Amino acid sequence: MTAIDRSVVEHVAALARIGLTEEEIVRFTGQLAVVLDAVGKLAEVDTASIEPTASVLPLVNVMREDVVRHGLSHEAALANAPSTDGEFFRVQATLEER
Amino acid sequence: MDLPRTIVDAAAVLRRREASSRELTEAALERVARDPHNAWLTRAEANALAQADAADLRLAAGEAPLLCGVPWACKDIIGTKGVETTAGSRILKGYVPPYSATVVDRLDASGAVMLGKTNLDEFAMGSSNENSAFGAVTNPWDHGRVPGGSSGGSAVAVAAGQAVFALGTDTGGSIRQPAALCGVTGMKPTYGRVSRSGVVAFASSLDQVGPFAASVEDAAIICEALFGHDPLDATTLPLPAEDLRRELTAGVRGMRLGVPREYFVKGMEPGVEKAVRATLAVYAELGAELVEVSLPSTDRGLAVYYVLQPAEASANLARYDGVRFGLRVEGPDLVETYRRTRGAGFGPEVKRRIILGTYALSAGYYDAYYGQAQKVRTVIKREFDAVFQKVDALLTPTSPGVAFVLGAKANDPLAMYLNDIYTLPVNIAGLPGISIPCGLSEGLPVGLQIIANSYREATLFRVAAAYERATEHHRSRPPAALGQRAAA
Repeated sequence: MTAIDRSVVEHVAALARIGLTEEEIVRFTGQLAVVLDAVGKLAEVDTASIEPTASVLPLVNVMREDVVRHGLSHEAALANAPSTDGEFFRVQATLEER
Repeated sequence: MDLPRTIVDAAAVLRRREASSRELTEAALERVARDPHNAWLTRAEANALAQADAADLRLAAGEAPLLCGVPWACKDIIGTKGVETTAGSRILKGYVPPYSATVVDRLDASGAVMLGKTNLDEFAMGSSNENSAFGAVTNPWDHGRVPGGSSGGSAVAVAAGQAVFALGTDTGGSIRQPAALCGVTGMKPTYGRVSRSGVVAFASSLDQVGPFAASVEDAAIICEALFGHDPLDATTLPLPAEDLRRELTAGVRGMRLGVPREYFVKGMEPGVEKAVRATLAVYAELGAELVEVSLPSTDRGLAVYYVLQPAEASANLARYDGVRFGLRVEGPDLVETYRRTRGAGFGPEVKRRIILGTYALSAGYYDAYYGQAQKVRTVIKREFDAVFQKVDALLTPTSPGVAFVLGAKANDPLAMYLNDIYTLPVNIAGLPGISIPCGLSEGLPVGLQIIANSYREATLFRVAAAYERATEHHRSRPPAALGQRAAA
């Protein structure tokens, strides 16, 4: 396990697309180290022959009939959007013109 | 007018025509309007009165379900069509869902009356309700103390007699722990019993909706309305409808009840241990055989939980990007818009968990954290499976302490996380658990947690009801609620 310093927090915050203030970076660096130290206990458990549990349910491949039904109207789906354009959510361009 | 304490009482009042649903609803709304605990985020008065009038017509026609006309409170992480749903977060302020959660649809169909939406820790992340973007909630037993969390508002609504029952969600104890700290009954069903469709997702392999109530019988009545397969949630099990009250009066004579020794360790307040030990003695007097059992990996539960839950949360909360709903804080380009939106919209605990979860899932650490946590989850589940070969149910404290002073743990995440050490193994293993009032310590409520094997909710209610019949603890009311009643 790596030592946690501010570059780790900055890297992970970038992956998670969360802007942090300087104060948050400092505080989270210390707190993340404490929590990771506590969860580091997991390494002590011998799990060489143990299968992981992703879900406790005794279900695999739930199937249903392929039935057409109404979804949300455009109007309902767009009602909470911060910015719309006709029938679309409006976002900033991600491709540059050339 | 006094609001009836239980669903059973309310149903009787309505059927004897002593009050209409409109009268009960108006009385409840009036108490909600005077709520001194910040337990409510949205009052849905128009919705409630319309539902009450419809319930009165249905009651007059006869053949109405027990819940018909009974006022209830909905945790604000459960989507309600046409009624703002914020999950306690700035990022969802103003969000009005275009559809209701399946659990809300089912209560609507039963004729129950939704009064409004209750306060919670942001995205259900917390054990004190102090992480709400809309202010902390106070405990009706002592205004200087927390109600527990994350479903703090729902617990207070029932404890303070503002609603007859409430719904919460429980990912690591978020129903049972606030129920314990507020002196009411709170229950988490087996994973897969209740639909999560329309509920704001937190940690999808752990989340489950469940009831707060003033009695065990009421909790069972609510579960009967909620349980069942939902085509909109593939993780709901296709089990037949079940009478969950069939064993309520069967008693515990001859039952084997396990007491896990790992749940009585240092860190528990002496007053809590004393109350829980006294409760064990009551079960022995009632004829149950108490068996000491061992769940050796209990102390790994916290570590498993604080890897899996933030990891799942970091993925689920990726949807809050300022595009389709919620807050948007515009930046010079799309990535910067995401960063600013999420930086401004999420509170500190949510950011902390997203960062922890993203770290645990990131390249180079996935196997050591997430993969290993999933394997230790298997170990914990197997230990419960083995214990339930020997006993019918387990008796434990719900929380190591009583309600703590506001702010006492706010700057120490790990101390806060330790509130849930007795409840979160139940979510890890997907089991049903209930917290019932079992006495006071320093004038504050203590909860007994009962855990049963998967799908054995009827057994859970049987064990809980036996204690409830033998004692008066479930009738204890906070001084504040009594004061509010005297003033009314």
